[in-house]
Amino acid sequence: MSFLEVSGLVSGYDRGTVLHGLDLDLDAGAVLGLLGRNGVGKSTLIMTLAGLVPVSSGSIRLHDVELAGKRPDQIARAGVALVPQGRRVWATVTVAEHLALSSSRSRGGTWTVDSVLDLLPRLAERRRHYAGQLSGGEQQMLAVARALLTNPRLVLLDEPSDGLAPAIVDQIAGVVTTMRAEGVTVVLVEQDLHLAFGVADEIAVMEKGALVHRAPTAQFRRDPDTAHRLLGVA
Amino acid sequence: MLVSVLNGFAIGFLLFILAVGLSIVFGMMDVLNLAHGALFLGGAYLGATFAGSWGGFLAALGLAAVGGLAAGALLSLMTEPLRRRSHLDQALLTLGVAFVVAELLIIAFGDDPLSVSAPPALDGSVSVLGATYPAYRLVLIGVGAVLALAVYLVVERTRVGALVRATVADREMVATLGIDNRLVKAAVFAVGSLLAATAGVLGGPIYGARPGLDATVLILALVVVVIGGLGSVRGALVGALVIGQVDTLGRVLLPELASFVLFAALALVLVLRPRGLFGSPASVSTR
Ligand SMILES: Nc1ncnc2c1ncn2[C@@H]1O[C@H](COP(=O)(O)OP(=O)(O)OP(=O)(O)O)[C@@H](O)[C@H]1O
Ligand SMILES: [Mg+2]
Repeated sequence: MSFLEVSGLVSGYDRGTVLHGLDLDLDAGAVLGLLGRNGVGKSTLIMTLAGLVPVSSGSIRLHDVELAGKRPDQIARAGVALVPQGRRVWATVTVAEHLALSSSRSRGGTWTVDSVLDLLPRLAERRRHYAGQLSGGEQQMLAVARALLTNPRLVLLDEPSDGLAPAIVDQIAGVVTTMRAEGVTVVLVEQDLHLAFGVADEIAVMEKGALVHRAPTAQFRRDPDTAHRLLGVA
Repeated sequence: MLVSVLNGFAIGFLLFILAVGLSIVFGMMDVLNLAHGALFLGGAYLGATFAGSWGGFLAALGLAAVGGLAAGALLSLMTEPLRRRSHLDQALLTLGVAFVVAELLIIAFGDDPLSVSAPPALDGSVSVLGATYPAYRLVLIGVGAVLALAVYLVVERTRVGALVRATVADREMVATLGIDNRLVKAAVFAVGSLLAATAGVLGGPIYGARPGLDATVLILALVVVVIGGLGSVRGALVGALVIGQVDTLGRVLLPELASFVLFAALALVLVLRPRGLFGSPASVSTR
């Protein structure tokens, strides 16, 4: 039994199905880098796992607990946290309030407001600011902090490096490495191959709503032909 | 002129107390509660029934608060099954509730307008800068300002308020923290309804209690919400104070065109700021 077992997952929107029977197994504590061209359904997978896009059929089991069909707040309480594409911090809520709200239903564990601020010191300086006043990098840090403070077992990160400066991307890599060291399982959707290769144990590639390739990171990097064929990159 | 400005403030604060719950529930959950005016009228009839003595007036306020809380929670529950349906379906449901309540109130209190007396000692007039002005309205301005400040501080400065603001900004992200959106909605619905019914009691000595008053104040509240911007407390406050002044000044200067002046103000704001004075730039949520 794997930590996360997704099988035959079908989901999508009114306009059409996006995931066509997707299967995915993940061991506890692993970091999976999820790659794929624009529009193949990476975000749809992440949002379905978080309960924000409804499951049409199939199952999502976390430690043998069925999550398909549950509400997003129930899924969160089962230990799944989300750092969504576009960050989606609350513009009219301060940094300190973000942190307080995020820890209000915490499952208890390593991550407290203090330990998260130690990890992301920039947020401590910006405590009193509204999230709408932060830079893109700071907002991303805040979105990560929000997820960590629930003390999750599984963190879903959707393109956290999008549009950010290299120094901030390095910081995100550091945070993912810290999560892994704490035993948190991570699914990281990324376009930035450098980031994905740097932190992931395994790489999976999506195409048209299904996983089409999967390999340990080192092996994937030795195989540029496959990367080129699946991703259109060198 | 002074009297008109004071009237504008009295009505403005009253409108804020009425409209703030409507605005937050709509901004947060896309539920337009058209029964909001009926809650106000229910409060006004409570005032008509009990007011006359201080004890009666306070009893009316207490009953309105408790009844408003319960009614709001019930409305929240009723709209829940329609959560995935359109705004229109939810609005129609609350409109149906509004009609039923209005009919029940007519059965209970009749067709004739009832007057609501101000509590003793406040039913006279006082002199303000040389003009005589009803004492009750002056007190209402004070009470309204204090209530408005309290609501503002709770929403803008407390932890609970942060939860409300976060839910208005992006409720899906609130759910991903393990917080059930339905509880937040029910709580805001209940407190907003409490405020609406309380406003009905407080406004009784000005508006009285009569069939049709529910629709009149609902429209005023909707104008406030649209002008202020959905889900914004600051917007509701500014919108209410502006509409309070526009409405009273309009009645003094252009009595025949009073309601036209009101909607002209609405149109002007919508042309200049389509999302209202304090509306959020864009809703992030996809559904
Ligand atoms: N909220 C939505 N409503 C309707 N269709 C959507 C929605 N979000 C995505 N889609 C559609 O679903 C398909 C998959 O989109 P998705 O966002 O999952 O892709 P992605 O792999 O994350 O792409 P990207 O790399 O650009 O983020 C696309 O065709 C997209 O247009
Ligand atoms: Mg995406």
